[in-house]
Amino acid sequence: MSTILKNTSQSETGKSSGSTPPLLQVIDLGFSYGAKQALKNINFELITGRFHALLGPNGAGKTTLFALISRLFNLQEGDILLDGCSLRKAPAQVLSNVGMVFQQSTLDLDLSVAENLHYHASLHGIGEARRRQRIAIELARVEMENYQHTRVRTLNGGHRRRIEIARALLHQPRLLLLDEATVGLDTRARTEINKHVRKLCMNQEVGVLWATHLIEEIDPNDPVTLLHKGQVLANANSLEICQRSGHANLVEAFESLTRPQQVKT
Amino acid sequence: MNLLAYGHVFYGILLRELMKFIHQRSRFFSALVRPLVWLAVFAAGFRAALGISIIDPYQTYITYEVYITPGLIAMVLLFNAMQSSLSMVYDREMGSMRVLLMSPMPRSYLLLCKLMASAIVSLPQAYAFLLIARLFGVKPPLEGFFWLAPALLISALLLGALGLFISSFIRQLENFAGIMNFVIFPMFFMSSALYPLWKMQEAGEWLYRLCVFNPFTYCVELIRYSLYGQFNSEALLIVLTSLILFIFLSILCFNPQRGH
Repeated sequence: MSTILKNTSQSETGKSSGSTPPLLQVIDLGFSYGAKQALKNINFELITGRFHALLGPNGAGKTTLFALISRLFNLQEGDILLDGCSLRKAPAQVLSNVGMVFQQSTLDLDLSVAENLHYHASLHGIGEARRRQRIAIELARVEMENYQHTRVRTLNGGHRRRIEIARALLHQPRLLLLDEATVGLDTRARTEINKHVRKLCMNQEVGVLWATHLIEEIDPNDPVTLLHKGQVLANANSLEICQRSGHANLVEAFESLTRPQQVKT
Repeated sequence: MNLLAYGHVFYGILLRELMKFIHQRSRFFSALVRPLVWLAVFAAGFRAALGISIIDPYQTYITYEVYITPGLIAMVLLFNAMQSSLSMVYDREMGSMRVLLMSPMPRSYLLLCKLMASAIVSLPQAYAFLLIARLFGVKPPLEGFFWLAPALLISALLLGALGLFISSFIRQLENFAGIMNFVIFPMFFMSSALYPLWKMQEAGEWLYRLCVFNPFTYCVELIRYSLYGQFNSEALLIVLTSLILFIFLSILCFNPQRGH
């Protein structure tokens, strides 16, 4: 069943429609931690301005996939293209267009919000004047402009996440990666962040890859890549995944597809 | 990326190291207290037991406090370097290393910036210790303060590169303390920091050989000579060679996957 889902749905997830070239292309990606294969033959595409969900249970390989797209891990098999530019051949060009919000908070707790943001912007080679301007814009966008001089340690989880989103956008990337960005947040904060990121897709023309295991964060028309045990089980929007798997909703489809006995190894 | 962008990256990393240093005041005080205890307690006790004859670069008989001071300055650098390596392991575990590595700059350049920033942060600690050491009768010539800076920087870079190299082999933060005991103390004791090498040779040939192969010995000697406005070409050559070797090895062995 999983193979059928994958093969019949690729066109809907933006596979070379001709008029809209994909922003991100993941091609035959494979990765192993020693003898343990974490990702196998991963293929999918993401279009600019779309909120693309990467759905998978814990241990599916989402974080490893993100580590590869962001060059934290070196590529082993396959390639990743951003705007047609290969991560293998031109990593600097790709990385300058990728922003990331990590699963675990990576803000420096002892520094202020502004100090954290200045550090990140300078790592992308942005000069002082531009840095100040970009920080003001991005903090205003997440409604945190009054927190510039607040020590990060004193912020709550929701506010820290907002700062991390602002930070990831400082260098104006074309692709934003969010690795389970709402983990540990209450329902209200989760909804707010999800809405904010969707707005970014629409207004800023940023492509978003949103890794999650929470199905309620996915809208029916979102393109979804369903990852399980390091393999892509489905590439389609959630409605189509439901239709093709014969289930009434994505929760049931997800449970059915990721149930141990149905996984091909 | 143009050259200016490379400059911004270095500035950002340096500023972060300085900010962290300023926010962690206890780190500054512990960096000072450690060598001061050695100077005030250890050196005072040994002064009576250990006579130092006239050796280069000193022009006359000196007290043990004067002899030990360059070694204690190098100790400040050594602890700072290992603390910086510890923070690299911590950053790797906590994830903030990822922020650094997502910069589009070459990874080797990012690591070099980190090393340089950490070395620069250790300079005020070394100078602060030297100023306090004046209270204990350690009064090198004023031009020594000027010549000391490049010697401190090169030595701090070498010790930082060594720390980075060691941290490449550490999976978890808990392992770091144990390994440091096998690095910091042997490096410090088996060097010319506490006793001149001829004294070590009198104690045993094998001990002397270990001291001669220890790059920390040459950091101490480079600092000792520069503090008195003199130049030790042998020490400089060995420190520079070791620096290049350990920078190369630390970049080669650096693996952000470690710990995953």
